[in-house]
Amino acid sequence: MSTERLAVRKTYKLFIAGAFPRSESGRSYEVRDAKGNFLANAARASRKDVRDAVAAARKAFGGWSGRTPYNRGQILYRIAEMLEGRRGQFVDEVRSGGSGKAAAEAEVDAAIDRWVWYAGWADKVAAVTGSANPVAGPFFNFSTPEPTGVVGIVAPDSALLGLVSVIAPAIVTGNTCVVVAAQPLVAITLAEVLATSDLPGGVINILTGHRAELAPWLASHMDVNAIDLAGAPEELAASCAEAAAENLKRVLRPAAVDWTADPGTARLTAFLETKTVWHPVGV
Amino acid sequence: MFEYAPAPESRDIVDIKPSYGLFINGEFVDGHGESFKSINPASEETLAEIACAAPQDVDRAVRAARQAQDSVWSGLPGRDRAKYLFRIARIIQERSRELAVLESIDNGKPIRESRDVDLPLVAAHFFYYAGWADKLAYAGFGRGRTEGHSGQDPRPLGVAGQVIPWNFPLLMLAWKIAPALACGNTVVLKPAETTPLTALAFAEICRQAELPPGVVNIITGAGETGQALVAHPDVDKVAFTGSTEVGRQIARNVARTGKRLTLELGGKAANVIFEDAPLDQAVEGIVNGIFFNQGHVCCAGSRLLVQESVAEELLGRLKARMATLRIGDPLDKNTDIGAINSAAQLEKIRMLSEIGEREGAARWSPPCELPSRGFWFAPTLFTDVAQSHRIAREEIFGPVLSVLTFRTPAEAVEKANNTPYGLSAGVWTEKGSRILWMAERLRAGVVWANTFNKFDPAAPFGGYKESGFGREGGRHGLAAYLDV
Repeated sequence: MSTERLAVRKTYKLFIAGAFPRSESGRSYEVRDAKGNFLANAARASRKDVRDAVAAARKAFGGWSGRTPYNRGQILYRIAEMLEGRRGQFVDEVRSGGSGKAAAEAEVDAAIDRWVWYAGWADKVAAVTGSANPVAGPFFNFSTPEPTGVVGIVAPDSALLGLVSVIAPAIVTGNTCVVVAAQPLVAITLAEVLATSDLPGGVINILTGHRAELAPWLASHMDVNAIDLAGAPEELAASCAEAAAENLKRVLRPAAVDWTADPGTARLTAFLETKTVWHPVGV
Repeated sequence: MFEYAPAPESRDIVDIKPSYGLFINGEFVDGHGESFKSINPASEETLAEIACAAPQDVDRAVRAARQAQDSVWSGLPGRDRAKYLFRIARIIQERSRELAVLESIDNGKPIRESRDVDLPLVAAHFFYYAGWADKLAYAGFGRGRTEGHSGQDPRPLGVAGQVIPWNFPLLMLAWKIAPALACGNTVVLKPAETTPLTALAFAEICRQAELPPGVVNIITGAGETGQALVAHPDVDKVAFTGSTEVGRQIARNVARTGKRLTLELGGKAANVIFEDAPLDQAVEGIVNGIFFNQGHVCCAGSRLLVQESVAEELLGRLKARMATLRIGDPLDKNTDIGAINSAAQLEKIRMLSEIGEREGAARWSPPCELPSRGFWFAPTLFTDVAQSHRIAREEIFGPVLSVLTFRTPAEAVEKANNTPYGLSAGVWTEKGSRILWMAERLRAGVVWANTFNKFDPAAPFGGYKESGFGREGGRHGLAAYLDV
């Protein structure tokens, strides 16, 4: 009789509105490691799941964008804390995708640090991108950045660092998002981190499945305000950008990105609107 | 109403030529398209024959802009670009009366507005962006994207293709050209086909300023010319102001290219009046919000939201005020409301107003006599308007106001935001904290408190949602023309 304990496996599901539902379509697909060994059956999201996720993101937008920036910053920092605590698990999952140990560790460390970097931006971005405008009249005139709304994200292939690098800048300013993940297992494990970080349900919704199937629904959805096509191949990105024109979504096109480099502020400002207020001055 | 003696501004100050060519590479040249006429919408008289740019003309203009970009403009120090723009600002000030009269003749807007609003803002816009040209490294756009550019001036995008509307012809030109040039781009600009004259006068100003040939190219024509410009493969940046429908098409066309895009599109702004608002002041703001420029304003306050408790009183005062508005000769200095810009626009306003009646809203206009020739529409107010009515949802782009009511601030926010547009909004209340509470919640790019339709080159302007993206004005306006 073997003394080795039989492992309790995890069921990988979607992450919508803070819960972990299966795909309404009942579909799943096999995920294998780099050597071809079976890892798990991931949920294969459908158009209906996209719509549920968008509805959840829209519902969460008012509350999340209404939080104080200090509060949002603390929640992002909390995500970093939770991730740090499960560092070993993430290293293992990233390695299952074929990365060596050192590379996987570096990726997880960078992903944790990226949450910290963006956490700090929460209460600074308005000071950097806002302005008091010296207009020629008796008005206090100021411009402030505001979140665009619901952001659709087609995540890049970089399993954890790329995923974190596109989600964090979108939500730190108050947007909510629906993400189509590239690597399902890492993404859903990240969802477990998010679910224990005081992040309100619906702020980040993660779908796993086929990018080419899901991205067009996200791009054409009339209640999505912006779309980040980071992980879309050229033809898919072009057709999604075209579909996004229907409700004039803000579109961030895919570009060659070194996810380990200084992320800059481009992704942070891509999903911000500028509001200018004319407040009268007088006695 | 008091009787006023006519006080027309003299049109002798402008010299309209019988025909105009395209302004390409510093020269006026013939176009290969079929030329068209620009008319005075207040009299329907033909003003001039205008060349139409065919695709080969568009190509020629883009090549001129590229050549100027590569050989002259991109190598010029920022302080020299600044000096050219300062020169242009000064020439506009010097010729402002002439340009104001020309604008009113070609567009139909009252001289009081072209003289006191459009032209001062045009000059101010050039003056403002002139000062940015040698300060781009300090504009706060972070580290340069290109390696080795850290700490240096951000790079221009290249050649900008710009398409502008007919409602503020010269002002929209200024909003497009001034930041583009300040940032080191060269431009090909297409004015609207019904209002090309001030843009062509601007071409002469570029010559007076000795701006290097090809830095500014003005091509005239209708929608097809605009399409050819937007679709030209050697255009790096597209900037468009106009209808949401055309903006959508442009976004679709640009989707498969690497071109950068900014769009300033339609609106259906809510002008929210609380019961504690200074009502007489609010009435002036409502009138300015919807009847300024005949309502041909993308940010016009076309949906009036009045708190129920003061609705009756406010409407009484508003109607009394509307009865004093003077409609007629745009060149008369007493005129409040000029001519509708074109027959097509007049038709659209009439159609939507008739639909408003058919859908059950109550229509009212003050008694007023409209001139027999030209395109005119009396200031109009609709009450009993439901949020589902087309006159409450669609941009009419004319002097037509839809009135709705609300009870609580939350309801005002809900109704104000119930639109696919998000360009502007107005709030009228004596309570400062309420102004800022409302301003936080209104999903619009510009919020005016106890005022409306104010513009300034230092203040960023642009929309949320389907009102487009990108900002014009202020430091933010630079981002549209820099590789940041």
